Amino acid sequence: MLNELWNDAEGGFHPASAPDFLPETALREVQLRRLRAVVGRAYDKVELFRSRMQERDLTPASIQSLEDIARLPFTVKADLRDTYPFGLFASPMGDVVRLHASSGTTGKPIVVAYTREDVEVWSEVMARTLACCGLHRGDIVQNAYGYGLFTGGLGAHYGAEALGATVIPISGGNTDRQVMLMRDFGSSAICCTPSYFTHLVERAGELGVDLRELPLRVGVFGAEPWSDGMRAHIETAAGIKAYDIYGLSEIVGPGVGIECSEQHGLHIFEDHFYPEIIDPETSEVLPEGAEGELVLTTLSKKAMPMIRYRTRDITSLISEPCPCGRTIRRMKRIGRRSDDMFIIRGVNVFPSQVEAALLQVEGTLPHYQIILSREGGLDQMTVEVEVTAEVFSDKVRALEDVRRRIAQAIEHILGIRVGLRLVEPRTIERSQGKAKRVIDQREK
Amino acid sequence: MKLQQVSVFLENRPGRLGQPVEALAAEGINILTLSLADTADFGILRLIVRDPERAKAVLEQAGCVVGLTEVVAVGVHHRAGGLAEVLRVTEAADLDIEYVYAFALSHEDKAILIIRFEDPERAIEVLRDGGQHLIGAEELLRLVE
Repeated sequence: MLNELWNDAEGGFHPASAPDFLPETALREVQLRRLRAVVGRAYDKVELFRSRMQERDLTPASIQSLEDIARLPFTVKADLRDTYPFGLFASPMGDVVRLHASSGTTGKPIVVAYTREDVEVWSEVMARTLACCGLHRGDIVQNAYGYGLFTGGLGAHYGAEALGATVIPISGGNTDRQVMLMRDFGSSAICCTPSYFTHLVERAGELGVDLRELPLRVGVFGAEPWSDGMRAHIETAAGIKAYDIYGLSEIVGPGVGIECSEQHGLHIFEDHFYPEIIDPETSEVLPEGAEGELVLTTLSKKAMPMIRYRTRDITSLISEPCPCGRTIRRMKRIGRRSDDMFIIRGVNVFPSQVEAALLQVEGTLPHYQIILSREGGLDQMTVEVEVTAEVFSDKVRALEDVRRRIAQAIEHILGIRVGLRLVEPRTIERSQGKAKRVIDQREK
Repeated sequence: MKLQQVSVFLENRPGRLGQPVEALAAEGINILTLSLADTADFGILRLIVRDPERAKAVLEQAGCVVGLTEVVAVGVHHRAGGLAEVLRVTEAADLDIEYVYAFALSHEDKAILIIRFEDPERAIEVLRDGGQHLIGAEELLRLVE
């Protein structure tokens, strides 16, 4: 009988999903207990957090209710940069079994750490993520998120294994091989960025493979914002149900939130990641339903607890109960950010990183602009840099060399290939206030 | 014996060449000869003019990025083998040539090569020793204007 329950593809109940359905009072009790523990742990082990608490005359005992979380200091991305590499660890290195890294706002990466228990929690939330998409034992999951320092690949991998599914650790790239294995292995699910999947569908068509005829029925897409229009296109072109997944390395990686079969908001695994919405200008906590910046607190992390981490993603919490029955609250799909970060091919990019590269090569900061476009389904980033008298040379070779060095410096910092175009002076629009650094021509 | 050549950065798209050329025309600056080096994305326009400093100022005023480069002008006989003879001299001395462009004078049996050398000082010595006719700014202007 249980087998029938968990073989039902559309929102079927899976044992891994049990915590998603905790009665609300039990959920709040768990959250408060864990919050007090993590605040105590961070207070004891993390100097930056303790000093901020002391500045506010707070101790772990100050947390008597969930509402008291609003009294705690925030953590921001700059804190990770300033304490690079290991300054926010609450566990000794001997207890850390995994390190991951992702891009920071300048040249240095953001480092995150996991103990054995942290990896288990991560696997658990990722298993719940995939179960929420209707996956189960016997499903073949093609994991095309990049394996390596990026949390996407290994996150999805461990989740699929914990679920009992069959994982193909194919990682990103080599689209022809992705299509071939998808067909030959009969993958039932794929994990990757939505823009990469669009590219894969196109390529499959060129290879004479119609994804609608394959066993593929679920797509778990994240790492970049994508519209309802794109979702509709993907679902029709590939004959699958496309779910939006949300996560960030600073919190755990993928596995913070996932859509259910309703596809109306992402359930946040709030027994592990406590959400708040704040006004990004005033930092005040906003009432449920209001739109603002998502703030997350890790309730279970040991190696690197994050207390009230400002994500800079703009969303709102949905108070209505979800028809799927889950009591863990939903947030609206992320549409925009409160800073100037953008995402290309699943990689977070800050214009300040491009500036750091330009400064490195030229010594000064020329006028530049970033153009984002989509060619053949793949995101392209082109940086236009105005030629100055200092950089200009009469030798073609020397100018090509400048071009190459700038492109390499940018690629070195961002980890992705970019196009580099030298342009004449004063062709890039000057602005009065904040410069419009990024022109996004990609169709949403 | 070195000449000042004016170099201008151009994006490789329609209308970009016209812009500096119009600016010079508007100021009554005559171009004695020119060359246009191109890549897929950009070009370098090289000009020989009577007054390079003035041309540079005019072009910068018009919003161009401009440089001045030292080049060497060599006079040769305008007949088959004219260029070959010069190259024999430079190659024998292992001189590194960045680029060359040339033009012929209709009223004399002369052609003028504009050459950018990696080492212009040494090139001038070698060409002189090799019996080549180096042309200075004054003589060039007299020949072409």
